Amino acid sequence: MSEIKIAQTLDAKNLSCPLPILRTKKAIAGLQIGEYLEILATDPGSVADFKAWTTSTGHELIKNSENGGIYRFIIKRTK
Amino acid sequence: MSEKTKRIAMIASKADIAGAYPPLILATTAAAMDYEVGIFFTFFGLNMLKKNKLNKLKVTPVGQTAMPMPIPQIVGVIPGMTDMATMMMKSWMKGANVAKLQELMDISVESGVRLIACQMTMDVMKIKRKDLIDECEVGGGATFLEFASSADVTLYF
Repeated sequence: MSEIKIAQTLDAKNLSCPLPILRTKKAIAGLQIGEYLEILATDPGSVADFKAWTTSTGHELIKNSENGGIYRFIIKRTK
Repeated sequence: MSEKTKRIAMIASKADIAGAYPPLILATTAAAMDYEVGIFFTFFGLNMLKKNKLNKLKVTPVGQTAMPMPIPQIVGVIPGMTDMATMMMKSWMKGANVAKLQELMDISVESGVRLIACQMTMDVMKIKRKDLIDECEVGGGATFLEFASSADVTLYF
């Protein structure tokens, strides 16, 4: 965990489907391959959606946690 | 990428608020998932491609028996009820931070979603090319089917 350096944090809190995914797609395009994007969201559907999105796009979902209604995802740009 | 790019083809035939959201939500999501996306706008759905029209779409309480605040069907025909239902629906959407239709359309255009306007509908409803947004193309059934024939997902709205 200590070697993960977050390149950018995307605040997707209070956004409804599909905006967290759409903003993530945009944000990840701005990263270099191998860099990490952190996403904060409040949409409970985002848990399933980020799994599906990373499976579909091939980017790597490194971490997925929830604390006080805020979902936190870390995704590594892989290509 | 060695895997073949996935493709989704949709038909949008409605343009009340409830009918316009699903194709645009799925189009933008699919584009974010690196799908090739195409939507064929036909019949009332063609209204979605009219300039400055998207944010003016309405929802009618008539026939909508599952609105969160039920309106007796007979009341729905009273003048002004459609505007009232539209106002309520928009305020629920805003409360849930749902993207505006125009925002989803802008992202669709930006993501290269193919927007195909049905030529036959244009003829029937006397809609001119200049009435539609510049970013769409005009075509017929064959245009859509040629695109849809190699789609992995096809949906009708």
